[in-house]
Amino acid sequence: MGFFGRIRDALKKTKESVAHKMRQLFLKNKIGDAFYDELEEILISADVSVKTAEQVVAEVKEEAIESKIKDEQFVTDLLKDILEETLNEAPMPKIQYPCVMMFVGVNGVGKTTTIGKVANYFVRNKKSVTVAAADTFRAAAIDQLGVWADRAKVRIVKHEEGSDPSAVVFDAVSSAKARGTDVLLIDTAGRLHVKENLMNELKKMDRVVEREFPEAHFYKFLVLDATTGQNAYSQAKVFKDAVSLDGIVLTKLDGTAKGGFVFSLCGDLHIPVVFAGVGEKLEDLELFDAEQFVEGFI
Amino acid sequence: MALFASLSERLNHIFSKLTKRGKLTELEIRQAMREVRIALLEADVNLKVAKNFIAEVSEKAVGQQVLASLNPAQQVIKIVNEELIALMGPGNVKLEVAPKLPTVIMMCGLQGAGKTTMCAKLAVQLKKQGKRPLLVAGDIYRPAAIDQLKVVGGKAGAEVFERGTQDPVKTAKEAVEYARKMGFDTVVIDTAGRLHIDERLMQELENITKAVEVTEILLTVDAMTGQDAVNVAETFNQRLNITGVILTKLDGDTRGGACLSIKAVTGKPIKFIGVGEKMGDLEPFYPDRMASRILGMGDVLSLIEKAQEAVTEQQAKELEKKMRENTFTLTDYLSQFETLKKMGGANALLAMLPGAGKYKIKEGDLDEKRIERTRAIILSMTPKERDNPQIINSSRKRRIALGSGTTVQDINQLLKQFEQTKVMMKQMKGKGRRMPF
Repeated sequence: MGFFGRIRDALKKTKESVAHKMRQLFLKNKIGDAFYDELEEILISADVSVKTAEQVVAEVKEEAIESKIKDEQFVTDLLKDILEETLNEAPMPKIQYPCVMMFVGVNGVGKTTTIGKVANYFVRNKKSVTVAAADTFRAAAIDQLGVWADRAKVRIVKHEEGSDPSAVVFDAVSSAKARGTDVLLIDTAGRLHVKENLMNELKKMDRVVEREFPEAHFYKFLVLDATTGQNAYSQAKVFKDAVSLDGIVLTKLDGTAKGGFVFSLCGDLHIPVVFAGVGEKLEDLELFDAEQFVEGFI
Repeated sequence: MALFASLSERLNHIFSKLTKRGKLTELEIRQAMREVRIALLEADVNLKVAKNFIAEVSEKAVGQQVLASLNPAQQVIKIVNEELIALMGPGNVKLEVAPKLPTVIMMCGLQGAGKTTMCAKLAVQLKKQGKRPLLVAGDIYRPAAIDQLKVVGGKAGAEVFERGTQDPVKTAKEAVEYARKMGFDTVVIDTAGRLHIDERLMQELENITKAVEVTEILLTVDAMTGQDAVNVAETFNQRLNITGVILTKLDGDTRGGACLSIKAVTGKPIKFIGVGEKMGDLEPFYPDRMASRILGMGDVLSLIEKAQEAVTEQQAKELEKKMRENTFTLTDYLSQFETLKKMGGANALLAMLPGAGKYKIKEGDLDEKRIERTRAIILSMTPKERDNPQIINSSRKRRIALGSGTTVQDINQLLKQFEQTKVMMKQMKGKGRRMPF
């Protein structure tokens, strides 16, 4: 019930503005070239990549011309269908247990908070969860994860600040194996994707999990701030090349940003959005739903 | 491919096409401007800002100015550059100091923009200026935020004032009183990240500004922010009448369009930029530098244009070719310095040198005396040495030092600088990802 409504609700502010802009567009223009140009701009101002906006609008235009139908409802529905199809080009991964989930991303996107929420999500689904504090770089990141672990009532594996993150991963994996933990969640330090040494550090953590826990299903999720603009593509591309990505967690959807970049991430890079963060509380996390997202987006 | 190209690469690409043509027609300029617009949008420049920008530039470019000019392409670049500066300007705006100490600086912004780290970076900066900063832990919501400020404050060597999870308004008040008593001249208040649409938390910030006399309200914005940057900046500005903006995480490959938009939408200057994770990685914001960086980090064409009066077009073309092919020699280096003298100013060239900001060439390195010395050193080399600096061994160095009245150390320094310049030039034509923009 309310479960699926929350992504749409979070996007309500977005909905109002994009829908509002489209409404005005329909009132102002006949459906023609100028109309489609402006439709493209509306998508771009929701952070859809320029390339994807062009492609999507070209598709809408083509089908609208073919069908010889030009009314508002038709064009809107067509746009929704195409956007939803784009999201569905990247299928959701099926989560199997035991599993390790490593959360990566640039600084300040909400990795630690996300892990708290994801831990809670699995606890509610009756899974045993351990979190690993492998962000040993940022001041007090370990304490921050500790607070979330307490809130979600899960076990935490941690070392000292400044210690080797791969060592934390190693210990966490050993501990998860020994205890038969269903889900191990690994927090990592925020790193800009252009910093090669930090990306190498991440690859090392990746290798440790692969080597030490081959029987586990290993998922790597990129955490992206919905406020991000076109740079999201570059982030996803570089992180994907470095450690291969199984999904995206889209955070801060409760703001006014639209997160429109996800269309090119699903469409071009074939990385599915798995979770959406819609607030600062433990339960403010939803499984991503393409239909609902598009419904809220337009 | 085009999707990854930075704004500067896009513009350079567009203008290289322009440069290849002779005179420009109105249509061609409009075509170029359409590409500029796409480049700006891909750089996250706000749609409205980009549209206004294009309108203004087109108007100026399509007029007589360009068509009457001997070199229309360069003229277009100049106009684009000027408009970029105008959009982000005026020049570097320093932090205000309160008439009655302590000066109070309040940080604000969305979650994860980098406020806490920035507080410590500001403290380092302030200490360098001989000030005594006090950091105040006003983020009582995010787990361990206070601990984080204590740690980074410790790294910065600044005292941190905290009252646990007490109401931040009260904490701010007590902190200012404490600062007054203990002789701290600047108070930097860290606040919790908040959504601009969170009424309760926005009210909290307003209450802080009512409770203590705040001199600076600095909005911290992630440089990777998309179209929403203007909404955020506009709302914070309306509620708090911010005094400036700090742009963080500019060390990534973000094209930094927020930079162009925020100033245009709020009218408030960008005062600092964060360029790394270390405490010292904070730089003042210079719109002119940023503009030329956006236009291509030492835009060769602007350099040529500036040099036009000093060198012939033929020479300029040769220089451009050498820069592109990386066959730049010490002879060219010297002629650059000679030209520099004619152009009257090292800073003008410095601003255009690729990667100058990144390599932090101190202004003192390019003062007049130094130019004279560089001239003497290069003139004391044989032509062969000037073309192949790698052959300069220690015996040659001693001879050159003797001939130019300098020391071997000076020779080493010059050679090192020359190598750096070459590296910068190489990077300019290299991968865009390596460039700060």
